[in-house]
Amino acid sequence: MTKAFRPDVDAPEWKGGYSPYDIVKEGIIAVVIVSILTVLLSVAFGSPDDPSITIKAWSTNAPMDFATTALSELNGTSGSAGYGAPYNNASTGQQLGPLRLAKWVGDRIPVNTVNDFIIDPLKSLPKQPALTADLSQWSSASVSARAGWVKNYSQAANKMQIVSGQLVVNATNAGPLPVMMADLFQMARTGALDQALVTQNGFYTSDYTLPLLFLADGTYLSNIAQKQHLTGDQWGMMNETGNYPGQAWLWLYTFWYQVTPMNSSGNGDILVWGIMMVLSAGLLLTPFIPGLRSIPRKTRVYRLIWREHYRSLP
Amino acid sequence: MSTTEIDRQWTTRLRKRVAGKLPPEKLLPDTQPTYVSSWIYVFGVTTLAALGVVIATGCLLAIRGPQWWHTSSVGHFVNSMHLWSVEIFFFAMVIHLWGKYFMAAWRGGRALTWMTGVVTFLTSIATAFTGYVSQSNFDSQWISTQAKDGINSTGAGAFWNVLNLGQMLMWHIVLLPLAAVVLTVLHVLLVRVKGVVPPFEKTTEVAQ
Repeated sequence: MTKAFRPDVDAPEWKGGYSPYDIVKEGIIAVVIVSILTVLLSVAFGSPDDPSITIKAWSTNAPMDFATTALSELNGTSGSAGYGAPYNNASTGQQLGPLRLAKWVGDRIPVNTVNDFIIDPLKSLPKQPALTADLSQWSSASVSARAGWVKNYSQAANKMQIVSGQLVVNATNAGPLPVMMADLFQMARTGALDQALVTQNGFYTSDYTLPLLFLADGTYLSNIAQKQHLTGDQWGMMNETGNYPGQAWLWLYTFWYQVTPMNSSGNGDILVWGIMMVLSAGLLLTPFIPGLRSIPRKTRVYRLIWREHYRSLP
Repeated sequence: MSTTEIDRQWTTRLRKRVAGKLPPEKLLPDTQPTYVSSWIYVFGVTTLAALGVVIATGCLLAIRGPQWWHTSSVGHFVNSMHLWSVEIFFFAMVIHLWGKYFMAAWRGGRALTWMTGVVTFLTSIATAFTGYVSQSNFDSQWISTQAKDGINSTGAGAFWNVLNLGQMLMWHIVLLPLAAVVLTVLHVLLVRVKGVVPPFEKTTEVAQ
């Protein structure tokens, strides 16, 4: 018994004619044309290369933003401090229904914003009597004493000022923090903090996790990105600086970030990823999905593609 | 050594299998079915050609290292060629993909050809993304700090850290291109083995 012909699965055997086809010539012509087109586009448009933002530039151009971000790293209110996995366990993180994927994997890239962004960089400074004494006081203090200092410093920081290039916070009962934070501010403005954040793992490094997290916690980076139309609500994931096409192929991924509830949900990222995983699986398995695999036959777009073939039929 | 013993060798069996599935006239054909006559067929070979230019310009960038293109006008031009060849590559690949969809190109035992094409497309997206976050400029700072939230939300960020320039650069210049090229070769060989999908028969248009 012969199996019934399924038009969306089976293909008819070709019994028609053949025409000459020089595959090598076609390939070489394609390479030449694409190469010429590439050169022409490169000459005409070039490529963007806006310099990276440094913490030195951030603390110089937006000193209050840097200082308040450093404070948020200290008192645990920054995005990184409360992020959750993979950096810490400060929050559950995003979840897709009952699936808490990030939390299950855990904090495999541990980031302690107080130690990594403030204390350890300060320790890398050349020995200064006041700072050395303050760091010693901090490291030998109890957890509750530190919490009290941070609380008092944070309250006084409402009236934070930059005076003659110095960070001034008139805090009382804040222990070593006024000196430490002022020194961190100076360290940032000299560029030493940029270096200290990337060299915590030794001389050679290519891991920029710490400085990038620190930068992203402030608003300086995002303000520049907004001017370049790069933020999430500006379809930013697929764009790049200047008038360049960017990753236009990410349009569908970026699209979901413009749609409710993904554009407002705390679980927006995992919702978008969930949708894209399902759609990608659908694309991959199209040959096996009834209905989806019938669309080409039913829409008859193929009549346009093979119009010469159908025209030649009796 | 007897003939039977030679025939049982893995090497002999593999050679016979490959030669049976992909004889020279299939691997490098000099004719094609007459229905293969549409502008849409151009985009498959254009994708392959663009992939070649992408790899060539990427190799040129690799010669002087990742910082070269920031400080040299020649390096910047090579980077521009790398960028635009990638744009051409994706443009051609997306049209190729839609063209193949509307041909229902998986018919006639070609499902694996379709699937290797889709996986190549997804791998190419990951390859391009790692390139964007490896540029070591403002774009890479912004894109990586934004993208981390999506990837971290899946749990993958614990192992695939988009803020780690070294890791992303290695994936961009070694692992993902290798995967993309292997998949592309497999995809093209499957096309050669199975041939280009024939048109729907007129009688099947109203079937089902």
